[in-house]
Amino acid sequence: MKQRGILVRDFSHYYGQTRSLNNINLDVYRHEILGIIGPARSGKSTFLACLNRLNDLIPGSRVEGKILVDDQDIYGAEVDVVALRRKLGMVFATPVPLPLTIYENIVFGVRLLGNHNRRELDLIVEDSLQKAGLWNEVKDRLNSSALKLSGGQQQRLCIARVLALKPEYIMLDEPTSGLDPISTMKIEDSLRALKQNYTIILVTNNTKQAARVADRTAFFLMGELVEIDETPVVFTRPSDKRTEAYLEGKFG
Amino acid sequence: MGSQLRLKPRVEQKVVQLVMIFLTSIAVLVLVFILVVILKNGLPQLSLEFLTRNPADMGREGGILSTIVATIFLTLIALLVATPLGVGTAIYLTEYTVESRVTRIIRFGAECLAGIPSIIFGLFGFILFVNKLKFGWSILSGGLTLAFMVLPTIIRTSEEAIKSVPPAYRLVSFSLGSSRWQTVTRVILPSAIPGIVTGVILSIGRSIGETAAVIFTAGSALRMPTSLFSSSRTMSVHFYILAKEGVSMPKAYGTAAVLVISILIINIATYYLMEKYIRRKS
Repeated sequence: MKQRGILVRDFSHYYGQTRSLNNINLDVYRHEILGIIGPARSGKSTFLACLNRLNDLIPGSRVEGKILVDDQDIYGAEVDVVALRRKLGMVFATPVPLPLTIYENIVFGVRLLGNHNRRELDLIVEDSLQKAGLWNEVKDRLNSSALKLSGGQQQRLCIARVLALKPEYIMLDEPTSGLDPISTMKIEDSLRALKQNYTIILVTNNTKQAARVADRTAFFLMGELVEIDETPVVFTRPSDKRTEAYLEGKFG
Repeated sequence: MGSQLRLKPRVEQKVVQLVMIFLTSIAVLVLVFILVVILKNGLPQLSLEFLTRNPADMGREGGILSTIVATIFLTLIALLVATPLGVGTAIYLTEYTVESRVTRIIRFGAECLAGIPSIIFGLFGFILFVNKLKFGWSILSGGLTLAFMVLPTIIRTSEEAIKSVPPAYRLVSFSLGSSRWQTVTRVILPSAIPGIVTGVILSIGRSIGETAAVIFTAGSALRMPTSLFSSSRTMSVHFYILAKEGVSMPKAYGTAAVLVISILIINIATYYLMEKYIRRKS
């Protein structure tokens, strides 16, 4: 029996007059990897930003409809946005380590909560880096600058930084778009391992990546959800012609 | 290329380089000339006594200790007031508002403030602080006047520094659960510090060197200042009076030398510290 974690109902999003998401309905199950594919500007990234309300930061951003995360309406009046953002951790397309040490990057969010207990922080750092598959590469230089890491390492650092917040959902926005195949493979391996304990939403430009790691795949096109189903179904017998055309590389 | 005159690329490169070197050396030469004149005339005056004794006989005799103390306190007050105000304004303009008519008016106001001649600031300070608020000719009046004078510089440089912080840092910070204020204090300001400090150094230089705004507001008493309300004379005012009234040219040059050297030391020291800070960060 699959448990539903996120319910999106009749959800639309606007930047000023421009509608960027149109009447989206979908569910995210717990402990699955949901892949979201679609061409550029199809609303994938906006959708992620709506889930943790990072879209609040953009002037002129407006929503209609509902998103329930663990039965809580996240656009309700009494929602603690900061807590929501911790619950739905976000990894961006370009790895953005803050100009701090590796250690301080990982504990950045934890320190915000006022936890400065060195021993607890040490444990969190080791644990998060282990889970992100980076511990062995950096354990001897935790106090050197995170900016010195390679691109792939930086992206795993960003994943570890999100894990340190003990989120329930991890959203990744094209996390491997700028990485080489080996780094990409390492990140995909981490995602498969993380699925045991987290629910993962993976936006990707690379349809093959969705085919490799996603349990279910959603296809977005021009702000609409065209199709969502088990990944093998979407890739072998899509129910919509547009999905088929996109997967065959006819556009996008 | 519409030009008739065509040089071989290598020759052209050489010519352009020479012209650039010539132009740059003019700028450097002016600086060197000033330094040589001031130091040649001023350095012979310098001694431990000159730095540690108060002026006597209207400045003909003795040292300049009281004017050094007055300069330090005036500059300190100016910075203590102007830095939080200026950085705060810059944070507000960049982080807490979206670009609108209001922000443009504030920015335009700051620009205008920057263009006002310093003697007008002196007059303003005289009317507001000296007379209206009854601070009299004092370190406080002078310091506050200087604060308003350097405020635009600090706003402008801080704003540029904050704007140059990569937008992705903000997004990451928010996505990790920061409030806006936490984002400002933990991510934006640490990255913007070098730029902000540059503005503060510029302001220190202007405050130390300012004469017109200070002579109206801090007065020109030669006594050692004893409180914020003491009338007192800064080094630049001292130099101005010594030179203009023909009191003592040697003492005037001595004062100028101290001024120039202290500004140089402040600049070198802060840039050295900034280098260290930036290297530690990256």
